[in-house]
Amino acid sequence: MIVRHRILRLGTLPSSRYFSSFESTVKLPTGIAYRQPTGLFISNEFGASNDGKQLTTYNPRSGKPIANVFVAGSPDVDYAVQTAESALRSWRTTSGTDRGILLYRLCRLIEEHKTLLGSIEAFDTGKPLDTVVADDIQDCINVTRYYAGWADKIHGYSIQPFAEKFAYTLHEPFGVCALIVPWNYPLMLALWKLAPAIAAGNTVVLKPSELTPLSSLYLGNLITEAGFPPGVVNILSGDGNTGAVLASHPRINKISFTGSATTGKKIMHAAASNLIPVVLELGGKSAAIIFEDADLEQAVKWCYSGIMSNSGQICSATSRILIQESIYKKFVEMFKAYTIHRMSADPLDHGPQISDVQLEKVMQYVRSGIEEGAHLVYGGKEIIGPGYFMQPTIFADVRDHMKIAQEEVFGPVVVMDKFTTQSDAIQRANSSTYGLASAIFTKSLTLAVDTSQKLEVGMVWVNSSQDSDFRVPFGGFKMSGFGQELGEYAVKNYLRPKAVHLNLGVSL
Amino acid sequence: MSSTASVPLFQKFKLPNGVEYEQPLGLFINGEFVTGKEGKAFEVVNPSTGNVVGKVHEATAADVDIAVDAAETAFYDGPWSKMSSADRGHLLLKLADLFEENLTILASIEAFDNGKAIQLAKGDIGACIGCLRYYGGWADKIHGKVIETNSGSFNFTKQEPIGVCGQIIPWNFPLLMWAWKIGPAIACGNTVVLKTAEQTPLGGLFAAKLCKEAGFPPGVINILSGFGRTAGAAIASHMKIHKVAFTGSTLVGRQIMKAAAESNLKKVTLELGGKSPNIVFEDADIDRAVEWINFGIYYNAGQCCCAGSRVYVQESIYDKVIEAFRKRAQANVVGNPFDEATFQGAQVSEAQYNRIMSYVELGKKEGAKVEVGGERHGNEGYFIKPTVFSNVTEDMRIMQEEIFGPVCAIAKFKDLDDAISKGNSTTYGLASAVHTGSLSTAMEVANRLRAGTVWVNSYNTLHWALPFGGYGESGIGRELGKEALRNYTQVKTVSINLS
Repeated sequence: MIVRHRILRLGTLPSSRYFSSFESTVKLPTGIAYRQPTGLFISNEFGASNDGKQLTTYNPRSGKPIANVFVAGSPDVDYAVQTAESALRSWRTTSGTDRGILLYRLCRLIEEHKTLLGSIEAFDTGKPLDTVVADDIQDCINVTRYYAGWADKIHGYSIQPFAEKFAYTLHEPFGVCALIVPWNYPLMLALWKLAPAIAAGNTVVLKPSELTPLSSLYLGNLITEAGFPPGVVNILSGDGNTGAVLASHPRINKISFTGSATTGKKIMHAAASNLIPVVLELGGKSAAIIFEDADLEQAVKWCYSGIMSNSGQICSATSRILIQESIYKKFVEMFKAYTIHRMSADPLDHGPQISDVQLEKVMQYVRSGIEEGAHLVYGGKEIIGPGYFMQPTIFADVRDHMKIAQEEVFGPVVVMDKFTTQSDAIQRANSSTYGLASAIFTKSLTLAVDTSQKLEVGMVWVNSSQDSDFRVPFGGFKMSGFGQELGEYAVKNYLRPKAVHLNLGVSL
Repeated sequence: MSSTASVPLFQKFKLPNGVEYEQPLGLFINGEFVTGKEGKAFEVVNPSTGNVVGKVHEATAADVDIAVDAAETAFYDGPWSKMSSADRGHLLLKLADLFEENLTILASIEAFDNGKAIQLAKGDIGACIGCLRYYGGWADKIHGKVIETNSGSFNFTKQEPIGVCGQIIPWNFPLLMWAWKIGPAIACGNTVVLKTAEQTPLGGLFAAKLCKEAGFPPGVINILSGFGRTAGAAIASHMKIHKVAFTGSTLVGRQIMKAAAESNLKKVTLELGGKSPNIVFEDADIDRAVEWINFGIYYNAGQCCCAGSRVYVQESIYDKVIEAFRKRAQANVVGNPFDEATFQGAQVSEAQYNRIMSYVELGKKEGAKVEVGGERHGNEGYFIKPTVFSNVTEDMRIMQEEIFGPVCAIAKFKDLDDAISKGNSTTYGLASAVHTGSLSTAMEVANRLRAGTVWVNSYNTLHWALPFGGYGESGIGRELGKEALRNYTQVKTVSINLS
């Protein structure tokens, strides 16, 4: 019997009066103080972990601690899954329209709390505040609203193979879905999973990264205020062990994971023991291909954003640029000049790495690049001072065999090389073990369409990079994982068809 | 029709239930309420009393021209033409929220202008909200396809909006019909010129005000009060309107289609009349079936295109059913729409009242027996007692023609084949129902009835997610559900040669 000490909270208190003893007051860099939930969110209540274990989350801009949150252990995961499972009983009878209404309310609440959520996220991830509010949180609003609209538009099929058989398919939710999200877009990726899962009628156990738990825990307040029945959404802060316990739990019905390929494999392995279906959104080493007829100025800007945004901590980053030889030198110079221009305006504008561990990993790759003989065009150094900053780094003449050409660096490090023909570029881009995304820069219609068709990737951007859209599917091939997020495709991830045959006249 | 000399653009109304609000009276064109070009106005009557309660400005062909120009400009230039699909949807969601905030006012206007019971009017507004929110959610989910043919080409389709859509709605569910039309047309990116029924102009104008409040750019939604033979005809034959959607009588539906063909072959969808069969098998739950028979014909005072106006009961249970139905029909509370206990309000107008009563007289002449009703209710307003005819034959006019009032005919059937034969003996095909406890009966009847909707063990249970429309002379096309999006998009195929 797990003893839980929880304070009952009414679900309808306005945000300024959320009260629970599992909160601490956090003062944001903007000067505003707010009450940050620190407990595990189960059944619309925050509570301590069973063993009281906690972890600390840090501000990557200063290296200083922000708050302690509880770490969910086995008994907590167990309790959350049980709760999510019991909630299914009545959640199953909730109409799609009503699920949609709850999601529309959640969307409105996120919008009302846009600045606060953005501030929490910026504080916990180190991202620039303006970008987080305008991009990440806006995306949260858009995604939640989009999936609210799908909730009552889930259609099965009716199939009449012959007169005596009438068949139909019911597209049913899986049940309890485990959603495990990383630290690079904490709240946004949480909603990319939560919104379609809920729209499809599932209940969820969401586990944010140990590096960035705050925004997801705060979301618990909004879940309750929106009026979701207790147990439909559960949020467990925790560490790698929490994720492992969750992924191997026998009573979950589906896992959706975003993170590294290494952890992805572990998740899939854990899921195999109970044959739980899995969606994996993993890493990438996405190539940007610059053809000689490209608008070079635009290509440089998009490619800069394609690797330096979020300090290179994007799964779909176009971190590897292949440039047609006739424009190679020019492109490298223009990219360098643009980088210098950005740095002169704000040397920290790409933001910090999320942690000291991550920073060291990236610097290791920088060192290996130098060792293996790549040409360091710009950067390559840590930025001395508080926080986990390093310089945007440009390597040129990076040959395919080099570590920095093959492995995901996940930092503001771009590698460049030249190519000869279209098929050369395609072959080299496809030689990656990953297959998440690609960007093509060209003015030619045929080149764009033809190259897109030949690249072994889940997403191709033509004349842009990283401008994903919540209405368009997002996902990869090969070691980048499987299963699409976003668009209509995401809803399908959270549904499984049941075929019903009505015998209308066949007698034995 | 009289002049607008003393007709303002807005007027404070106080309704019988005490609700006070500002009622727009002008034509809503290009984001503003305006007077008609020809300075005309017409009377609004409260059917519960028969009294004139005010006037609204009247749109003529000249105003239709102005509205179409505004809608065309809004479609090709300006913010609507550049708006993302999600933003369009968001506006519809906001409109749904505004309907929700103004539920009491909207329901009260409906009860006042149409004469329907306030409890039913509230239900209508709830359905409006559901419908608008539903289509708000579709706006950014309208996808084309990518289709492989051979490796030398890349092909895709797009579902594009049509442009300026003309919409003509009836008086039986003024606001609900408004929402059914506006929702999908707007979700697909079109702009609209919508003409309300001359019997019930008030709700649509208040809703127009809400459109402005929601933030729709000027010209996207234009609402005109007016008459069919002037404004309606102008819409049906307008050269710049590329789609017309009409709900109303079959007679007028034919005229609309003719006008569409003779002008610019604009796309046409029609939701017309019906003479829908309501079939009760001996293994049905009889008490429940009687409730559904009652609801099927007397809901909205019988003013439903899909009303179950022909009731067929299996002979073994006929006597039991008719006895129960007689009692049930007479138990309906008929009267003041603003009384919360009222189920059946007034017929919408004197003309409709007269028409229905003439069918009642006709039925008697044709030899049918009046089981209950068959006469006026009360001394004031256009109320008719729930009426049941028995002893009917299939060829009687009261069995073939749509009466559109609280009048049904009840007859027997032998077996399943007989029920289906009788059910299908109509030129219409809008709706139908079968009441039975048997799965195979339900499935077989559902398969064999020639009707756009088959209800099993219910009646009139429409939902915005379920397509609705007619077989035969009940119409062309389907409203509601994802199907409605077809009415407001056209497919463009783009085929790119790569070789």
